[in-house]
Amino acid sequence: MKNVAILGGRLIDPLHNTDQAADLYLADGKIVGVGAAPDGFICDETINAKGLLVSPGLVDLAARLREPGFEYKATLASEMAAAVAGGVTSIVCPPDTDPPLDEPSLVTMLRQRAKKLDLARLYPVGALSRQLKGKELTEMAELRDAGCVAFSQGDQAVGDLQILYRAMQYAATFNVALRLLPQDADLNTGVAHDGDYATRLGLVGIPVLAETVAISNILLLMKETGARVHLCRLSSMAGLDLVRTAKKQGLPITCDVSINHIHLADVDIGFFDSNYRFDPPLRSVRDRDAIVTALADGTIDAICSDHSPIDDDGKLLPFAEAEPGATGLELLLPLTLAWAERQHIPLSQALAKISAIPAKMLGFDAGLAVGNRADLVIFDPEAHWQVTPAALKSQGKNTPFVGMEMKGRVMHTLVKGKRVYQFSE
Amino acid sequence: MYNPQLNAQGELIHLLTTEGLPKRILTQILDQAAEYVENGELLNHKWQNLAGTSVFNLFFENSTRTRTTFELAAKRLSGDVSSLNIQASSTAKGETLLDTIHNLEAMGANLFVVRHSESGAAHLIARHVKKGIGVVNAGDGRHAHPTQAMLDMFTIRHFKGDFTKLRVAIVGDVLHSRVARSQIHALSTLGCPEIRVIAPKTLLPTGIEQLGVHVYHDMAEGLKDVDVIAMLRLQNERMAGAFLPSTQEFFKYYGLTPEKLALAKPDAIVMHPGPMNRGVEIDSAVADGPQAVILPQVTFGIAVRMAVLAIVARNQKASQA
Repeated sequence: MKNVAILGGRLIDPLHNTDQAADLYLADGKIVGVGAAPDGFICDETINAKGLLVSPGLVDLAARLREPGFEYKATLASEMAAAVAGGVTSIVCPPDTDPPLDEPSLVTMLRQRAKKLDLARLYPVGALSRQLKGKELTEMAELRDAGCVAFSQGDQAVGDLQILYRAMQYAATFNVALRLLPQDADLNTGVAHDGDYATRLGLVGIPVLAETVAISNILLLMKETGARVHLCRLSSMAGLDLVRTAKKQGLPITCDVSINHIHLADVDIGFFDSNYRFDPPLRSVRDRDAIVTALADGTIDAICSDHSPIDDDGKLLPFAEAEPGATGLELLLPLTLAWAERQHIPLSQALAKISAIPAKMLGFDAGLAVGNRADLVIFDPEAHWQVTPAALKSQGKNTPFVGMEMKGRVMHTLVKGKRVYQFSE
Repeated sequence: MYNPQLNAQGELIHLLTTEGLPKRILTQILDQAAEYVENGELLNHKWQNLAGTSVFNLFFENSTRTRTTFELAAKRLSGDVSSLNIQASSTAKGETLLDTIHNLEAMGANLFVVRHSESGAAHLIARHVKKGIGVVNAGDGRHAHPTQAMLDMFTIRHFKGDFTKLRVAIVGDVLHSRVARSQIHALSTLGCPEIRVIAPKTLLPTGIEQLGVHVYHDMAEGLKDVDVIAMLRLQNERMAGAFLPSTQEFFKYYGLTPEKLALAKPDAIVMHPGPMNRGVEIDSAVADGPQAVILPQVTFGIAVRMAVLAIVARNQKASQA
């Protein structure tokens, strides 16, 4: 394993909340020196980071890699390459593959395939119920032993509260975490935020109630069962208010939001642009502003890409028939930086939402201190680039941000002290 | 703001929705339709506006009446008309909506008249058709039915003259109605100062007030002193269930009876887009009564569709040249 020196960069450490110009020394997959090399350090490779920022590699709490089963949309190889091109070194992948990740052997196989690619680290989420059908529980303890970091239903809701109750009891028994998308199955029957814009377009609305009813149920079940729950991709002001109150009461709940929902609202759908179809839907401008506020006050713990590679056939359809989601791994960093810049959020605090905080949820430290993992992203915060299909490594090219200018370009990505990506024109 | 219905000169090249169309274009459609009606031989005379133009009626959702009036309109203008009923079957075979469109383009289509069950289908087609091909929306999901709304505007102008002094009430299932949405936008643009919608809360979409209408849940209040009553059709599948308990209760509270009609202005007109459900949304005594203008609406519908086809075809041709 090579010893690496990263010279001349500005180190942004969101875990220790520091921002300093210093060199960084890596050996054996870990950080071994900050500012000065440790005694006896023999450098095999140097990376010139002059004018660049050095930060812990990004941790994405939701990225679909589409294997197994949806290789026509994307492959593990294509999306792992996209991840490291986006500075993402740890990926949490939901279980909504085909077959879903409901058996330990599937999880083992996926992890082995990811390991062989030797790019980003993979953290699979196991299915909460067999076939994600919300009827029978999976072998959560076995799946955990196979490497699942949490359990979820993917984008499906558990329609039956009795099953959700049992699932939470069972998860609490083994102290495994649940990641739930809080959308009530009965109320979540539309395709756009239930407001005057959907009314104008004649799109079937999804009321905010779909989220608030689901959150309320989950909170009550958490109190009863003691299960650990992370809420995925919140979308509404009212939903965030419930989480804020629950956190004040001391409930161990965490949540995230997607990069899309920080920047976009229902009115951006324009004339039925299916690139703006998301699940949960883009809500009103007020809701989006509430998301921005909740990020700043800590109600929202983390930002995820909600990466969903979709082929053109899945998007060239009437809005309601189009598949929800967008490609996002390569936009997580610039869109987080854009939010931070607009809201005057310090860089280390902003980057914490996509590294240190989600890493904590996965049980490791994403910082720049001696002993921390040598998973790093080195980026040029001032470089501009345009989102085009050709500029994206992901097999998914559909995103509402296509054509837009991004600020912040990943120059190098390192995983376990090894360079896995380097930008080239 | 960018409007996919207009070319760079601000002329109509597709008719997808009445929303966002300037008043001059709505008036242009009404004026041209009036010429066909005033000619007096609407149903006999042949015009040449669409000579050599291939019009495809694409009905992904069933509709005998709208399809027939579009066919008649195109034929009166000497267009070559082909009508296709494309039910879910083609999608089941794997052909997408845009596959179908591109196939018909290869057959030399000049105009598409499209009816589809999904909101936004006509916009999608307009965005992807070859340059020079016009798209006319004949109803998409709950979104828009611009030619129906324009024939309603024609009817109102014919019987009432000036829009700027009118109180109009739209009654019934607004939630699922593309007609209501298109009427509201057209009425607003044409200067109608007071638009009301009357329905139970289960049949009103969220935020409908943002479209500039006054919401009523009570017929007696809502119909008071109105000049125009636009009834909406209640779809069979919504007559009993989660939206409404029964047709009887709906008729009792929201059906238009002579007693309720008496609350409107004495010279108020009653419109209905058809097909009517007698005894559900409208009493036969009203439907067949002196204030109903439902049959003239049907005739005017042909003239309005002729006007729309002629204008779109002409502007597409001009853009090509």
